[in-house]
Amino acid sequence: MHYLNEHLLPGQTGHFFVLLAFVCSILATIAFFKSYKASSELEKKSWLNFARTIFFIEFASLLAVFAFIYFICSNHLYEYLYAYKHSSKELEPKYLLACIWEGQEGSFLLWSMWHCVLGTIVILTEKKRQALVMSAVNAAQVFLILMLLGIYVFDAKIGSSPFSLTRNELNGPIFNQANYLTFIQDGVGLNVLLRNYWMVIHPPVLFLGFASTIIPAGYAFSSLVSKDWGGWIKPVIPWALFSGLALGTGIMMGGKWAYESLSFGGFWAWDPVENSSLVPWLIMIAAMHCMVIYKSTGRALRASYLFTLLAYFFVLYSTFLTRTGILGDTSVHSFTEAGITMNVLIGLYMFGLTVPLFFLFLKNYKYIPAIQKEENLASREFWMFIGSLLLFLSAVFIISITSLPVYNRILHTNLADPPDREFVYNKVLVLVIILIGLMTGFAQFLKYRDTTKKYFNQKVMWPAIGAVAVSVLLAIVYPITYDSKGPGFLIAIYLALFACIFSVIANATYVFKVLHGKMKTAGSAIAHFGFALMIGGMLITSSNKLTISDNSKTGLFIPFDKDPSGRGTEDPMENLTLLKGIPTEMGIYIVTYYADSASKNEKTRTYYKLHFESKDSLGKNRENFVLQPDSYRMKDNNLTSNPDTRHYFTHDVFTYVSTISNPDHNKKDTTSFTTHEMAIGDTTFYSNGYIVLNKVEKNPDNERFHFSPDDTALVADVTAYSNKGTSYKLYPGLKVHNMSIDLLDDTSITQNLYVRFSGIAKGDKFKIGVKENNALADFIAVKTYIFPYINLVWAGLIIMAGGLLVSLLHRSKASKGLSTVAMILVFSALIFLFLFAHG
Amino acid sequence: MKTSSIIILVLIAAAIGGLLMYSVDFSTYDTITSAKQKQGEYVHLIAKLDKDKPIQYDALKDPNYLSFYAVDSLGSVTKVIYHNPKPADLERSERVVLKGRMEGDVFQCDDILLKCPSKYKDDKSQLEKTVTQY
Repeated sequence: MHYLNEHLLPGQTGHFFVLLAFVCSILATIAFFKSYKASSELEKKSWLNFARTIFFIEFASLLAVFAFIYFICSNHLYEYLYAYKHSSKELEPKYLLACIWEGQEGSFLLWSMWHCVLGTIVILTEKKRQALVMSAVNAAQVFLILMLLGIYVFDAKIGSSPFSLTRNELNGPIFNQANYLTFIQDGVGLNVLLRNYWMVIHPPVLFLGFASTIIPAGYAFSSLVSKDWGGWIKPVIPWALFSGLALGTGIMMGGKWAYESLSFGGFWAWDPVENSSLVPWLIMIAAMHCMVIYKSTGRALRASYLFTLLAYFFVLYSTFLTRTGILGDTSVHSFTEAGITMNVLIGLYMFGLTVPLFFLFLKNYKYIPAIQKEENLASREFWMFIGSLLLFLSAVFIISITSLPVYNRILHTNLADPPDREFVYNKVLVLVIILIGLMTGFAQFLKYRDTTKKYFNQKVMWPAIGAVAVSVLLAIVYPITYDSKGPGFLIAIYLALFACIFSVIANATYVFKVLHGKMKTAGSAIAHFGFALMIGGMLITSSNKLTISDNSKTGLFIPFDKDPSGRGTEDPMENLTLLKGIPTEMGIYIVTYYADSASKNEKTRTYYKLHFESKDSLGKNRENFVLQPDSYRMKDNNLTSNPDTRHYFTHDVFTYVSTISNPDHNKKDTTSFTTHEMAIGDTTFYSNGYIVLNKVEKNPDNERFHFSPDDTALVADVTAYSNKGTSYKLYPGLKVHNMSIDLLDDTSITQNLYVRFSGIAKGDKFKIGVKENNALADFIAVKTYIFPYINLVWAGLIIMAGGLLVSLLHRSKASKGLSTVAMILVFSALIFLFLFAHG
Repeated sequence: MKTSSIIILVLIAAAIGGLLMYSVDFSTYDTITSAKQKQGEYVHLIAKLDKDKPIQYDALKDPNYLSFYAVDSLGSVTKVIYHNPKPADLERSERVVLKGRMEGDVFQCDDILLKCPSKYKDDKSQLEKTVTQY
């Protein structure tokens, strides 16, 4: 059958480039290796030139593949499954990139393009080990691009091409018609949760981090093959630093995204997906420390190999966990099974390169030099090694709990997450933080090999005293209030906080007292300062996070039918219902949901305008702001919401919509007010009881209104007595304003009672309107948190990244001009991303 | 790198290993029947929303109270109470993972994980359904 209106050329060309890139990656792997093996200089050179040419063809092909994917997605060519699945016509242009890396194929493509970028840098900077490192990079490329192939070998489909056709992949009656494309009006589009600018930035940075781990592994490979045991360390340190920088920033961008734009209520939740990206970072940092130890003292070489290879392995393992659907029941990030053949390919990628690497390592283990003499306890390298080990063991701890679904699959058990997953991690890692914090503090004052006691004590004393003083002060002025896990954990938090404060002070002291402010060599102290600041900020903000949307405290609503089990009072009541137009007390704020507005671009997105107001003890306005959390109603009526946050220097007020009123129930209010003429003290009945007019005041100052003497307002003081014995105060008022009268009705929601002060009648009587209405008002339920000192987390991260960058530039001997430009670019980008770009 | 470092190394490993063993009491995936026998114990139920029985949720009165009935693959039914807002796509979910404790005949749920067809873009049969809807 000849199908109408299909555009097959871009797909065919794109697919050709996928195949070309695949062939090139195989050829380049072999050619780079041949260049290493070649015996004569001339032969080496010609193989190398050939290999580089092939490699650049591969790079160009991948860029072309990307361009073609972009083309089919931006032109909404739904004859391609990738465009149909990931793009849609309503998608804003900025999300077109995001929709490319939303899919499995697109993200693998991104990863392999980063491999090429990093490979190009290796070609430009590394002479001696280039051939072997590039051989490893290209071998990794073979496995990655294999997953994009989408060709049939016998009956098995190898990989999944981004250019496969909808009609070939899906079955449906419409595909029997030549004009099937006219039936497909729009694509599925980008998942609403991902329609966010973080989705545009976070994946590229994280994948850069993932991709960067192949380079240190490639260097390890080069030294294992060439049996040049220690020589790879010096050139690899900048790469390990880069990897730590890219992975760390990528992970925390995910945290910032979760915090800023998703309704997860925090920046870290120990979700398997988060953990599996944290683990390679921890191990890479451990590897980097071991490398530095080796460079300075000749120790820890074997550990450098091991950690480098493990960091690479765990990147692949993390890919395996998140892509094969094995996490299905344990993660909020729902990943699906990609199909059995795809899972086999991912497994192949995980083991294809790492098994030979580990084999090489174990085979050569006994030849790798190690110093047998014991280290001095007063040496820097000893404590650096212990620190690396601690990071590594933490990584092992984290991944061994995260791998629960894997055990279940292998051992056929049915174990599930423990009741309080976060606490399982927190209670162990808080102890790790105590140790790491102390070590990153005092180890700075130790010298390599040996340190005199006097020097050490003298240097470490003042930071220690300072840290004790600051910690005690903090405990008095701003105590940690997190006691729900008992006093033991609270003490551990305090100790960890002390350790972080100590590290911050010690590293700052080190920069100014020992290095005399020479920033060029201060990279490690800056990074440790930032790390301690970040962790300290996490401790404070997580421990003292405050839920202010507490429904039980407002007394606005009658308690709902209690649980049959009698439980309930100790349960968290974290969601507060806000009725449109009714000011509601929430913590120190009075919150009014006063309007909603539909988004201009996306029809199904609604912003809810919430006015927050707080007053000080004198009744003066202290804060006054509007937050606009939003919610999407998707095509199938699913709801997802994005929070909005008011940022202060010291804290964030964070709120999101957890429920919205169902529009179907929102019948028009048809009942009208019945007006009664009442004198002071008169009563009138309503269906659930009666109301009394107590008094009428001019410009009163009461719990509802705060008029000033300049206003012209009259307010009736009314009490409603229900026949259940409860009573409610109501203050309907009227206000003269610009020659017109504003009616300020009051409502008792629990009584469905609306009271209006509609005017003055003859004979000292007042017109009081009463209305009862069962139609539901517009309402939303919100969850609101206060995160104190969250900016410490972001500032700490930026400083840590800055420190890593300083070290990286220093150790790679970058020129002054380049260093300055790189510093300014990365720094300003990070500051913008983490502190100013709010959604 | 000899005795002292190895001792500290082993101690740290042992301490963390010990903490690990001590601290993690994993829960299990259970059926409703087996969960009923483990009263008060923290379990994970894999079940489906029982669409024949009412869902009780009125955010106006109490946004933190949801009750519904869940049925598992063996056909047992239990009432579920959840002290949080109703997940918006509960009615459309194909499968739910409920975390919590069985107390009497009621499952006190701490957390609900929904498995919704809409999130499963990579699911072929779902895409086939969507593509033919147009």
